[in-house]
Amino acid sequence: MPRRLLRNHALESDEWRYVGEAASAVLDAKIPVIVEFLEWQNERGAWLSRGGRLGVVLSGESKLELIANDLPQLSLIACRFSGPSDGRGYTQGRVLRERYGFAGELRAVGYVRTDQLFFLARMGFDSFEMADADLEPGLASFATFSHAYQRSNDKGLPQTLSRGA
Amino acid sequence: MYRYDAVDKTMVRERVAQFRDQTQRFLAGSLSEDEFRHLRLRNGLYIQRHAPMLRIAIPYGLLATRQLRALASIARDYDHGYAHFTTRQNLQFNWPKLEQVPDILAELAEVEMHSIQTSGNCVRNTTSDHLAGVTPDELEDPRPWCEIIRQWSTFHPEFTYLPRKFKIAVTGAPQDRAATQIHDIGVHIVRGADGEPGFEILAGGGLGRTPILGQVVRSFLPREHLLSYIEAILRVYNLEGRRDNIHKARIKILVRSLGIEEFRRRVEAEFALIKDKGPKVDEGQIARMREFFTPPLYLNLEDSDPAAGRETEFRAWYKYNTVAHKVPGYRAVFVSLKHPAIATGDVTHAQMDLIADLADRYSFGEVRVTHTQNLLLADIEQRKAYEVWQVLRAAGLATPNIGTLTDMISCPGLDFCSLANAGSIEVTKLINQRFDDYDFLYDLGELEIKMSGCMNACGHHHVGHIGILGVDKSGEEWYQITIGGAAGNDAALGSVIGPSVPKHQVADTIARLLDVYLEEREGEERFLDTVRRVGVKPFKERVYAAPLAA
Repeated sequence: MPRRLLRNHALESDEWRYVGEAASAVLDAKIPVIVEFLEWQNERGAWLSRGGRLGVVLSGESKLELIANDLPQLSLIACRFSGPSDGRGYTQGRVLRERYGFAGELRAVGYVRTDQLFFLARMGFDSFEMADADLEPGLASFATFSHAYQRSNDKGLPQTLSRGA
Repeated sequence: MYRYDAVDKTMVRERVAQFRDQTQRFLAGSLSEDEFRHLRLRNGLYIQRHAPMLRIAIPYGLLATRQLRALASIARDYDHGYAHFTTRQNLQFNWPKLEQVPDILAELAEVEMHSIQTSGNCVRNTTSDHLAGVTPDELEDPRPWCEIIRQWSTFHPEFTYLPRKFKIAVTGAPQDRAATQIHDIGVHIVRGADGEPGFEILAGGGLGRTPILGQVVRSFLPREHLLSYIEAILRVYNLEGRRDNIHKARIKILVRSLGIEEFRRRVEAEFALIKDKGPKVDEGQIARMREFFTPPLYLNLEDSDPAAGRETEFRAWYKYNTVAHKVPGYRAVFVSLKHPAIATGDVTHAQMDLIADLADRYSFGEVRVTHTQNLLLADIEQRKAYEVWQVLRAAGLATPNIGTLTDMISCPGLDFCSLANAGSIEVTKLINQRFDDYDFLYDLGELEIKMSGCMNACGHHHVGHIGILGVDKSGEEWYQITIGGAAGNDAALGSVIGPSVPKHQVADTIARLLDVYLEEREGEERFLDTVRRVGVKPFKERVYAAPLAA
């Protein structure tokens, strides 16, 4: 059964596969595949010659500078959150969007819970892998706050920066 | 003071709804204990020894009287009739029921208050100089900047899951009354070489298990870049700060391990990339924010000496519990929360109501919280000081000890806190009993005793002239004494004098330290100055020379 996830504020099934999830994904360029950051570093050429849609999953330690030049070849970047106190992905996501202009799918994976979605979306994340039971509540949580005090990469919110801070 | 607009009101109400939902999910079992912990902490809710503890934000320590009355009302209706003011200018309720916390927050929202980010690994309440706006030595009122930082940091999506807590203090006067050097970021309002307004930025200060003083990252920052520069610091910290060890996760450890030069290089590199894209504070925003902090309608008065001809007790109170005001005829008045028989920083609901009444009648309806756990009525007419004193005295709020030995800073300690190793409340009472002669206290002069019940250092013991740290020694409460610490411009970390002492010997130990001081002091020098001049050795030798009373 394909994975279900939240994407663009909707419940969708996931067409992406991680390497290892489906042996055929490695060879079949029709299947979009997500590669671990280290694997990408080591086998970048092989993956590019495979063709098809490619994504890379980062950990909190992954240095964005090492992947910046590859972004035009990548359709998806996933940031993996290792636990409830790992907040590095928030910065990674924002920098990918703002500094490197990454326009592909930006996905939050790992420790991703309903109450983080509002913040993640504001950083520019547009897809979220979560436990099935959390998907429906997660969908509602994007509307937790109707305003914000900071600029954001989530176009749905008013940018109230100009009113005070 | 700042007043919420429709956006602020909506945000706080939506937060109440969010937290109500989180609490219900926890009580219904759909959020685990651990998942809820991360959420409730970001809303100031701890699970303590006896009950939850709820920490309410008092932005830069400023309270309107309707807010203070709302706090009194909550203390009556949801708690045991009292509350505790903290070293971060906040207020804590020690006995709320978990299921009632959303209702408490709903009541607070009606008076423009909340508990957002008063705990957890995020940007905490911004603190400031309790004399902001009234002190004669001020370059610029820091409060508009504090409010700008408060709004910017509220629900900042990038920095809500930091490696560890993050505290910012801002001051606008040359004399640092906000302990900025022990904050993760200290912001000093300064003027550039050509008079241009801006900031000096410090980073990497903090107490806890590894106390470190902040260092200057940038000596001059043009003011429109304040938020971008803070973002640059936080971004470097969010990516590089340690998350593998809670005791090494504060920014101070990162700054120390990189060294200030390398830390600065990284921050400046980040800042260079974001300074033109980041949140700029323009003149219009500064002007808008300043409008909230314009001076009240002071009367045209002359300075006078209201103590002249009055009784000794009032004269002492006026000397110690009031300070200079920039407007002639006015005085800033401390409301001492250091009554010898009451736990440090504690105040009853009736006292809160009474202080609110006093502030409405005499001080333009505002009350301030000091980081030394007292309250302040900032704008008292000198000619009304005697009336104010009489009311405060009758309510047990006029202990004439501000700045003296018994004006101790202290955490709630083992009696309330589940982190503590040892009690604080009883020790402060024992110290009060031992040093109850005001002539002696006044002769000692300025002396700051600061006490924490554990390594987390909520009571700032490292920067006390005399610091007391509670330690657990095979299940018994013992206390380690330091001397020579300071929190102001001359900030320093105290030195441990030797082995810890049991509870009943703390006051005797202090008495021996004071004996050495009184023998050694030259002229008007303070205890701290004597320690700095003669060193720790003579103090140490005296304390441990003969056995203390068993």
